[in-house]
Amino acid sequence: MTCMEQCSDSYGGTMILRLLQEVKEYKKDVFLTPVFMLLEVAMEMIIPLLMASIIDDGVEAGNLRHIFMIGGCMVVCAGIGLFAGIEGGRYGARASTGFARNLRQSMFENIQTFSFANIDKFSQSSLITRLTTDVTNLQNSFQMILRIGTRAPASLIVAMLMSFYISPQLAQIYLWAALILGVVVAFITVRTKKIFEQVFKKYDDLNASVQENVSGIRVVKAFVREDYETQKFHAASNNLYRMFIRAERMLVGMMPIMQGMVYACILLISWFGAKLIVSDHLTTGELMSLLTYCMNILMSLMMLSMIFVMITMSIASAERITEVLSERPTITNPDDPVMEVKDGSVDFSHVDFAYGTHAGGDVLSDIDLHIRSGEMIGIIGSTGSSKTSLVNLISHLYDVKSGSVSVGGIDVKKYDLETLRNEVSVVLQNNVLFSGTIYDNLRWGDKNATDEECRQACKWACADEFIEQFPDGYDTFIEQGGTNVSGGQRQRLCIARALLKKPKVLILDDSTSAVDTTTDAKIRKAFREAIAGTTKIIIAQRVSSVMDADRIIVMDDGKIDGIGTHEELLAANEIYRDVYESQTGAGSGDFDQPGGD
Amino acid sequence: MPRPRAQQVSRKDIANSADTMKRLFAYLFRYYGLQFAAVFVCIIISVLANVRGTLFMQTLIDDYVMPMLESENADFTPLLQAILKVAAFYCIGIAAALTYNLIMVYVSQGAQRRFRNELFEHMEKLPISYFDTHKHGDIMSFYTNDIDTMRQMISQSIPQMINASFTVVSVLVSMFILSVPLTAVTLLMVGVMLIVTKNLGGSSAKYFGAQQRDIAALNGNIQEMMNGQKVVKVFCHEEESIAEFKKLNDQLFESADNANKFANILMPANAQIGNISYVLIAVVGGALALSGMTGLTLGKLASFLSFNKSFNMPISQVSQQLNFIVMAMAGAGRIFGLMDEEPEVDDGYVTLVNAKEDNGELIECEERTGVWAWKHYHSQEGTTTYTKLSGRIVFDDVDFSYVPNKPVLHNIVMYAKEGQKIAFVGATGAGKTTITNLINRFYDVSDGKIRFDDINVNKIKKAALRSSLGIVLQDTHLFTGTVADNIRYGKLSATDEEVVAAARLANADGFIRRLPDGYDTMLSGDGANLSQGQRQLLAIARAAIADPPALILDEATSSIDTRTEKIIQDGMDRLMRGRTTFVIAHRLSTIRNSDCIMVLDGGRIIERGSHEELISQGGKYYQLYTGKVVNA
Repeated sequence: MTCMEQCSDSYGGTMILRLLQEVKEYKKDVFLTPVFMLLEVAMEMIIPLLMASIIDDGVEAGNLRHIFMIGGCMVVCAGIGLFAGIEGGRYGARASTGFARNLRQSMFENIQTFSFANIDKFSQSSLITRLTTDVTNLQNSFQMILRIGTRAPASLIVAMLMSFYISPQLAQIYLWAALILGVVVAFITVRTKKIFEQVFKKYDDLNASVQENVSGIRVVKAFVREDYETQKFHAASNNLYRMFIRAERMLVGMMPIMQGMVYACILLISWFGAKLIVSDHLTTGELMSLLTYCMNILMSLMMLSMIFVMITMSIASAERITEVLSERPTITNPDDPVMEVKDGSVDFSHVDFAYGTHAGGDVLSDIDLHIRSGEMIGIIGSTGSSKTSLVNLISHLYDVKSGSVSVGGIDVKKYDLETLRNEVSVVLQNNVLFSGTIYDNLRWGDKNATDEECRQACKWACADEFIEQFPDGYDTFIEQGGTNVSGGQRQRLCIARALLKKPKVLILDDSTSAVDTTTDAKIRKAFREAIAGTTKIIIAQRVSSVMDADRIIVMDDGKIDGIGTHEELLAANEIYRDVYESQTGAGSGDFDQPGGD
Repeated sequence: MPRPRAQQVSRKDIANSADTMKRLFAYLFRYYGLQFAAVFVCIIISVLANVRGTLFMQTLIDDYVMPMLESENADFTPLLQAILKVAAFYCIGIAAALTYNLIMVYVSQGAQRRFRNELFEHMEKLPISYFDTHKHGDIMSFYTNDIDTMRQMISQSIPQMINASFTVVSVLVSMFILSVPLTAVTLLMVGVMLIVTKNLGGSSAKYFGAQQRDIAALNGNIQEMMNGQKVVKVFCHEEESIAEFKKLNDQLFESADNANKFANILMPANAQIGNISYVLIAVVGGALALSGMTGLTLGKLASFLSFNKSFNMPISQVSQQLNFIVMAMAGAGRIFGLMDEEPEVDDGYVTLVNAKEDNGELIECEERTGVWAWKHYHSQEGTTTYTKLSGRIVFDDVDFSYVPNKPVLHNIVMYAKEGQKIAFVGATGAGKTTITNLINRFYDVSDGKIRFDDINVNKIKKAALRSSLGIVLQDTHLFTGTVADNIRYGKLSATDEEVVAAARLANADGFIRRLPDGYDTMLSGDGANLSQGQRQLLAIARAAIADPPALILDEATSSIDTRTEKIIQDGMDRLMRGRTTFVIAHRLSTIRNSDCIMVLDGGRIIERGSHEELISQGGKYYQLYTGKVVNA
């Protein structure tokens, strides 16, 4: 079988070993589950044998005592079987859910060590799937392998052996039946698995198109494309229907074939068995036990095919999980880290930078830039001019390709990461708040901040005005993703959170885009006065947000196109002049109100 | 495939299920009545064949083996004949089973397709308000979970229930015929089995509920933390995240362990109770056969033992299916709920046609002439008049509210002359987008009138009205397909040249050509492989190709940076030339050259006029524009 090949090659082998490491404290459960399953099978197999004895030595021989004695044995066997079944179920549940817990925990912990480059490589939605659906798949397969995976083959082998023990001649019938059924089932499984893979792909596509229609319904209706979409959907749906029919028609054969096999065995055993009984080579009781084993053997085969399907389906999940588990962070703490940042000066010397995973050219090339401690720097440039990439290098979120970035005169690579990131505070472009109160969120910046400090930071970030209007003030609960505050409010809370770190360098990556111009100006005024010693680097789309900075950097296509004050750039830099003029001289091009307060 | 969730089933659920079930079956029988009849017959045949086969055991032992054991010279011919007869029965049984399984494939897949298609078709007809008031995730789950659960119920539960109940009845009858005392013993053990199932199943359902809750909590945390992972890194918050995750993870482990434990125990428990039942029959039956009192022969005992096995199976099957059916009915109920939603009403009768002018008179024609006319059929006089589409749009004292008594727009009065550019500015929530929603009748006015070329928009067929209005939204929404397909969405019959021309107009041609496959590049996931700005350029091209007489641009260029916007400004100007255009934007450069700017505040137009006029007024607009507070 293909599984065998996949499991035995070295890649599959290491994958399985890596996953099995996560069993950890549940080794006992993992070991005991199959043991109890085997015990259950053993008990189940003994019962038909005892049955034969009741019929032959009890009923036919007219021995009532024997009937009761063997009957007693059978009840004991069933009792042990019950016990074993319950224990097996218990240990199986613990082993598989414990395994899943460890998988999730290890993945989550490893993800926490990821650098930005690692996170970009996987993408957030794929990490979520890996932590949820994939783990569940693996948990189910693991339980299946531990329980049914022991039970089915054991039951198959034991039943076969018992049959041979009772009557080698008749048992051959089973051997053939099992072989034929095995081949047929394997054939059907492999064939349908291929079709089903295609079908599920199509099925996902179909659901994706529903999703598109639901979220894009305004576009559909605006272009009067309802009928067109319906037609398109019908075509896809009909296509899917045909593929499903093709796959299921094949599967439909499984049950009747299995049934036919059972019937064939019963009839053949009846015929040959009758002959053997007459010629005194077999007893009636034995004939009946044989018929019971027949069901066991064929059912086990069906179970095996089910497990096979399940395993092949979860191999992809296992691969995705292993990928996360064995991913090594691209940025780690240096051996002898610097634990203190001297001041807020930032120096880029001939920095080239490219995102590792993407082919194509450098995102930043030959950046040479020196920022003094306490300076306020504005950065402006069109989308795709690598403004964000530039500032992300300062807190060592990515590694440079060549050249070096220093903070406080020391290469960022030499710092302890936590020290560096506490001193270089970044308000990211796509910033998020977490579910919890406003206080909880603010204290991400400083766990030990007092209420007073939190309020002060909010005042600087101009967040106090709207927070105080909330009925619960600073104890207002922020929903997941910060959906119950407006974009402008969210941005101001994120700024306050970053301020609480009391950093030596503060970076705002387009963090006031949804804040109105007046408030924007107030925030910058607070920066200038309250945290004068902190180096401030502000990326913005609006010229008004950077106009009053000490120096403005104009980025274009991964290069610095010009550096200077507003006046200097207006006189000398074409791009800056363009942007400025497009937003006109009055100081603002933006009509968004105070963030929808 | 989504697995059914174990849930505690309440009485109310069952009552609701009964109603839904009636409706579902009425629906199924209407389309698949004949098939169901055939399935029913086939199941009966297959069950009977099976029972007949089990009874053969008795005949084999009592009538053939035993006598042959006693006779000196065994004659196997009668046995062979008997076996062949049973084989024939079996063959019929298998054929019947194959037939009904095959029919069920067509029925279940067919029903699923029918449901899916009807659902989609109906959904497309629903008004925008439905989509605004329902979570998109919920709508999606109709198509994924609910329909799929229903298909599984149709394809598995229904035949299994028929099969199981018929098997139970026929096996029970056969068992009674074979031996009454043994039947009593079997029934007793079935009782025990049912009690155990109920108790274990109850605990299992309780823990499954807890497990669902903990999964939801953990998944919520995972989603939140993964989306905020970069923030976690920036704030060095890794350890706290791990601690919180561990708490939720451990909690899930507890409930999942318990839930699985009970579910795992149920099967072996039932199996072993079945075994004990089997043993009891063997012992009691053996004793009875030995005493010879009840006429129980060895053959009958053998048959009975087989029946005992085949009796227990359907009983546990039915108890498992019941829960599942209730769940499937809940899904079916939700699907019917959507099907029962009122579709968008369209009482309009004025249509839009291509026209050409002949001696000052409008004549309808097939080809695209660049001239459109409203075709107005007057039912009273039985005449048809044509009005040239020029693009005059008038708001006559319009009020609007999404929810009764919560007005969003008050007394909106507005005139847009042919070819004018009208801009709306104002804070988020001031009602800008709502106004555009009324023009193309995504929503209907609560009071007042909107006229398009002096025709009340209520009289215009929605399709005609909407195709006369091009629209570019802030959320672009592209569809799976090539770049060219997406542009062509505006005009399905557009040639490749027209597509390229539209892309050029929107300044999208440059980046499209740099894509791996140019215009044939596949877009998926709402154009996830493009930047927001690029998506907006495509949306503009899509509107341009439709060549509509009027345009609505709702923050159409918000994600395009000012420099790029300047580059596409030419294209935008060309697009707007000669068309009545409504623009919503927060960027000055986009609206400054408008003929009239409406400043909205709290659902009212508080200022109106050209840029210069408004600046000189020194009001709200001036304040928004300069960022300065006016001293009152």
